[in-house]
Amino acid sequence: MESKNIDANTSVFRWLDWPTIILYLILVVAGAVSIYAASYDFDRASMFDFNEFSGKQFLWIGLSLVIGCAILLFDYRIYETYAYPVYICVLLIMVVTIFVAPDIKGSRSWLVLGPVSIQPAEFGKFATALALAKLFNSYNFVLNQKISNYCRAFIIIFIPVALILLQHETGSALVYISLFFVLYREGMSGLVLFSAICAITYFVVAVKYVEPLLLGLPVGEFVVFCMIIAVFSCMLLFYCKDAIISRNVLIGFLGSGLIVTALSLSGVSVPGLWYFIGIIVAALIYVSIAMYRHQIERYVVTLIFAASSVVFLLSVNYVFGNVLEPHQQMRIKVALGIVDDIRGFGYNVNQSKIAIGSGGMTGKGFLNGTQTKLKYVPEQHTDFIFCTIGEEEGFLGSSAVLLAFLALILRIIHIAERQRTPFGRVYAYCVVSYLIFHLCINIGMVIGLCPVIGIPLPFFSYGGSALWSFTILLFILLRIDASRKERRD
Amino acid sequence: MAKDYTLEKRKYVIGGFISVIVIIFLIRLFNLQVSDGTYKENAESNAFFRKVLYPSRGLIYDRNGRLVVLNQPEYDVMLIPKDLGGQFDTLGLCEVLNISKEELMEKWADMKNPRKNPGYSAYTPQKLMSHLSQEDYGRLQEKLYLFPGFYVQKRNVREYATHSAANILGNIREVNAKDVENDRYYRSGDYTGDLGVEKSYEPFLRGVKGVEILMKDALGRIKGKYEDGVHDVIPVAGRDLTLGIDMDLQEYGERLMQGKIGAIVAIEPQTGEILCMVSSPTYDPSLLVGSGRGKNYATLVADKYKPLYDRALQGAYPPGSTFKPTQGLIFLQEGTITPATSYPCYHGYVNGLRVGCHSHGSPIPLKPAIATSCNAYFCWGFKNFVDRRGSTPTAQFEKWKNYMVEMGYGYRLGVDLPSESRGFIPNPEFYSKSFRGRNWSANSIISVSIGQGEVLATPLQIANLAATIANRGWFITPHVVKEVSDTVIDAKYREKRRPSIKKEYYEQIAEGMRMAVTGGTCRLANLPGLEVCGKTGTAQNPHGKDHSAFMGFAPLSNPKIAVAVYVENAGFGATYGVPIGSLIIEKYLNGSIAPERQYLEERMFNSNTIITSGVKKH
Repeated sequence: MESKNIDANTSVFRWLDWPTIILYLILVVAGAVSIYAASYDFDRASMFDFNEFSGKQFLWIGLSLVIGCAILLFDYRIYETYAYPVYICVLLIMVVTIFVAPDIKGSRSWLVLGPVSIQPAEFGKFATALALAKLFNSYNFVLNQKISNYCRAFIIIFIPVALILLQHETGSALVYISLFFVLYREGMSGLVLFSAICAITYFVVAVKYVEPLLLGLPVGEFVVFCMIIAVFSCMLLFYCKDAIISRNVLIGFLGSGLIVTALSLSGVSVPGLWYFIGIIVAALIYVSIAMYRHQIERYVVTLIFAASSVVFLLSVNYVFGNVLEPHQQMRIKVALGIVDDIRGFGYNVNQSKIAIGSGGMTGKGFLNGTQTKLKYVPEQHTDFIFCTIGEEEGFLGSSAVLLAFLALILRIIHIAERQRTPFGRVYAYCVVSYLIFHLCINIGMVIGLCPVIGIPLPFFSYGGSALWSFTILLFILLRIDASRKERRD
Repeated sequence: MAKDYTLEKRKYVIGGFISVIVIIFLIRLFNLQVSDGTYKENAESNAFFRKVLYPSRGLIYDRNGRLVVLNQPEYDVMLIPKDLGGQFDTLGLCEVLNISKEELMEKWADMKNPRKNPGYSAYTPQKLMSHLSQEDYGRLQEKLYLFPGFYVQKRNVREYATHSAANILGNIREVNAKDVENDRYYRSGDYTGDLGVEKSYEPFLRGVKGVEILMKDALGRIKGKYEDGVHDVIPVAGRDLTLGIDMDLQEYGERLMQGKIGAIVAIEPQTGEILCMVSSPTYDPSLLVGSGRGKNYATLVADKYKPLYDRALQGAYPPGSTFKPTQGLIFLQEGTITPATSYPCYHGYVNGLRVGCHSHGSPIPLKPAIATSCNAYFCWGFKNFVDRRGSTPTAQFEKWKNYMVEMGYGYRLGVDLPSESRGFIPNPEFYSKSFRGRNWSANSIISVSIGQGEVLATPLQIANLAATIANRGWFITPHVVKEVSDTVIDAKYREKRRPSIKKEYYEQIAEGMRMAVTGGTCRLANLPGLEVCGKTGTAQNPHGKDHSAFMGFAPLSNPKIAVAVYVENAGFGATYGVPIGSLIIEKYLNGSIAPERQYLEERMFNSNTIITSGVKKH
C-alpha cells in the first residue's frame, strides 16, 4: 500500500508538465519583484517603515507553493469526484459573504477572518471550472445535442456571476463571461462569439464617436453602418460561399455610396439614416430573392444577422439616450474614455500611459522608476502593476511578460487538447478562458485600450486571494494532466 | 471516448484570438514606449508635482447682510520626503518653527504613521505641521532656502466676526480617515464642516479644489507648468450663505440667557426663517479655530454644562402649558368643544384623580382657559375627546397623535442643521405596551393634555407652534439659511405645511393667547403698541425646580416674530420665560428696549439660574 503511494507520487512528478511550472514560477517571482518596485520606498532603511507589500507577497507565494504541492499529492480522481460538493461549498461561502462582509467602498466581497481577508469570489473560479468540467464529463454529454445541456452549463456559470454581482464586484463577475470560450470549444456555434464581438464593437463605436456629423449621422453610427454592410458582404462571401451575390451587394453599396457622396458634395442634403436603412433593406430583399434555395439556412442566418445588427444599432442610441439615467450615461462615457474623469480613473489611465511610455526600449532600470511612485492611486501594486514593469523594464521587459503569458496560455491549450477525458479538457479550457480574460482586460486597461475594470493581473498583482486562486486553478490542472499516463497503466 | 476532430480545430481559433490580442498589445506598447517620444520626453528625469489649489470657502452673512464668518490665511509646512534625501537640519528647523526637537520627531512619526496618515508616500507632498501663525510663517519663509524639499502651503481657516451663534455656525475641522473613505473629494489634511451650517451646507461651502500640475527635476526644483497648464484645474470658490439669523438679536438673546441653561428660538412666521436660536451655555466659535482647536474642543466636551449640546434643537423637554394651545385646536377640530364650551375648575381637575390648578373663575370657556392656563379645562377636554362614546381610546389617541405630528411634534421638523432631536409624542401602541395590555383611558394619561407626562418637545418645535398659530394654521419648515448664492434653497424650505385644523380655530387660540398677555399669565409681555400674544409654561421635571417656558408671537394681526423660550429649573413661566420672550420681541420689533422696561433687561442679564439647575456638581 505504502509503496504504491510512493509510486503514484513519483509518477506525478515524472509526468508533471514542467514548462508550465517554470512559466508559473517566472511569472510569480517577476510579480513579487514588481510589487517590491512599485511600493519601494527610498528611505525604508533609515526609517522604521519596512516594505510590507512585497514581503507579504513572498509569503503568499510560499503558501501558494505549499498549496500547489498539496494539490499534486492528492489522487487526481478526487477533483472529479468532489467537483459538485466543492462548487456548492464555495457558492455557500459566497452567499454568506454577501451578508457578513464589511462594506469596503460599496463592495461586499471580502471575508475577514481575523488578520487575513479573503475574497471568496476568486475561489469561485476553480470551483466553477470543476463543476463545468464535471458536467461535460457526464455520460454521453454533447453540448449541441440538447438545449437543456446549454441550460445546465449556463446555470453553473451564472449562479456565481449573480452572487458576485450581489457583492458589487462587477469586474470579477465579468470574468465568467470568458467561459463562453469553453462552450465554443465544446461545440457552441461560432456565430455566438462573432455576434458578441460585433455587438461590443458596434456599441463602443456608436456611443464613443458622436462628432462630427456625416450625412446628418454621428460619425460613430455612420461607421457602424458601414461595418454592418461590410460584415454582411463578408458573410455572403465566406459563410454562404456566394461570391456573385456578395459582389453584387458590394457594388450596389459602393455605387449608391458614390452617388450619395456626390450629391452631398454638390450641396444636396441627404438624410444618412434613411439612406443606410433604405439601402440595407433593399439589399436584404435582393438577397432573399436571389439566393440559392438549397443553402437556405445560411442565407437566413446572414439576413437575420444583418437585420438585427441594424435594429441593435438603432436601439443602442435610443436606450443610451432615453432609458439610462444621466449618471449611468456618465459612467459609461467615463469608462469608454469619452469624458475625462479628472479625479477618477481617467487621470489614472493617463498617468499609467505616461509611466509606461517613459520606460522606453530598455526601461529606467529596477527601482529607478519615478512615475509609478508618484501616482496618487492606491492600485499601483494591484491592478496597475503592469505600469511598474513598463516603466522600469521598458518595452523589452513588458513584451517579455506578455510573451510569457502568451506562452503559458498556448501551453495550456496544448495540455487541454492532450487530455483523454472531457473533464480534463473542459477544465483546462476554463483555465485558458480566465487567463485570457484577465490578461486582455488588465493589460488593455493599463495601456488605455479597454475601459477600466478592476481585475488583477494574474500572478503579478498584489494579493493572496487572487494568487492562490490562480495557483489552485493551475495546479489542479497539472495534477489532472499528470495522470494522463497513469490511466493507461 | 472518441474525439471530435472538427471541434479540436477550434483550438486554433482560441489560440489565434489570444495571439492577435497579444500582438495588438505589443504594437501598442511599442507605440507608447519606443516610437512615440512625447511620453518619454515628459517623464525623462522629470516628475509631476500636483499642487492642490484650495478654493476659498463660502462666506456667511446674517439676514441684514452683516458678514459673520470669513476666511483667514493659515499655513501648513509641507515636504516631499524623497526630496529631503533622508536628511535635514532638524535643530535649525525646530528653531525656526519654535518647537522642541521631541515635538518635531513626534510630528515626523505621525506623518509617516500609515494609521494616522493613510495617504503617506515618500514621493508625494506630505504635511508635517499645520496651523502656522502669520509670524511663524514669515520666519520660515525667510529661512526656507536652508531646507530644500520643504515648502509652505497656504490654507484658509475661519475667522468669526462675532462671539455668538457657535451652535448655528459650527466650525471646520480636518477630515478623518472615515471622511476620506466616504467622499472622494477629500484628501488627508483637507478641512470639512463640523456642526452647524458648516456641516449641513458643506457641499455648497467647500467649493471645488483645483490642481496645478508642475514639472520638477530630479533635485526637486519646480521647472514650470506641465504642458502650459492645460491640465490644470482652477479652483471654484465655495458659495456664500445668507442666514435668516439676525445676529444682533442672536447676540442679545445670548446675553439674556447668561447664567441660565436653556434656549431661545425666534422664527419669522411668514418665511419659517429662524431669527435667532440661542442655546445656553454656549461658547465662542473662535475657540475652535487654529492650533488651539484640539485642546479647546476637549475642554468643551468635558464641560459638565455641555456647551456643545444645542439645546434649541437637541434638547427634548416637557413642553408644559405651552402645549395647551395644541390641545384646544384638536378639541375644536374634533368637535369635542366649541369656543363657547365651558368646563368647571375646582382648583383643578377632580374626576377620580386630581390635577391641581390655581385660582381663577369657574367655569370658563376656551379663551380664558388659555389666558389663565387652566389645567382643569384641558383635562376635561382631553377626557371627553379620548373617552368619546362610540370610539375607543386607542382610536381617539391615534387621531390625537396624528394631529400632533402634523403640527410638527414627535418627528424631526427638518431644520437645516445636523442632529435635530425628534422630541417624543407617544402613540397608542406605546401605552398598550407601558400598561402591559391592561385597558387605559383618558384618566390614565391625563397629564399629556397639559404637556407633562410622556410628551417631549424641542424649543424649536415649540417656536414652530407659535409660528403656526401666528400664521393661523400653516408653517414653513424652520431653517437658518435664507439664501445660498447662485442657487436656490431646498424646496422644502419654501413650501407651506398645513395641519388639518381650520383657520378659525387658530384664530380662537390666538385671541386666547392675546388675553393671556392683556389679563392672564403673560402680563409682563404687554408691550404698548405691539399686541403681543403669549402662553406661559411651567414644566415639572425630575431634575429639580420647574422649567420656565414661554411661547408667543407679535403682533396679533400680521405677526412678524414667533418666539419660544425655555429656561431649565428657573421656576414659573412668568418669572423667566415671559420677560426673556417679551424682551426678544421688543428688541426685534422696536430695535430697542423702552426705558421703563430696562430694569427687566438688567435683571435678566444678571440673574443666574444655573445654581438651581439639575446639573450635578462634580
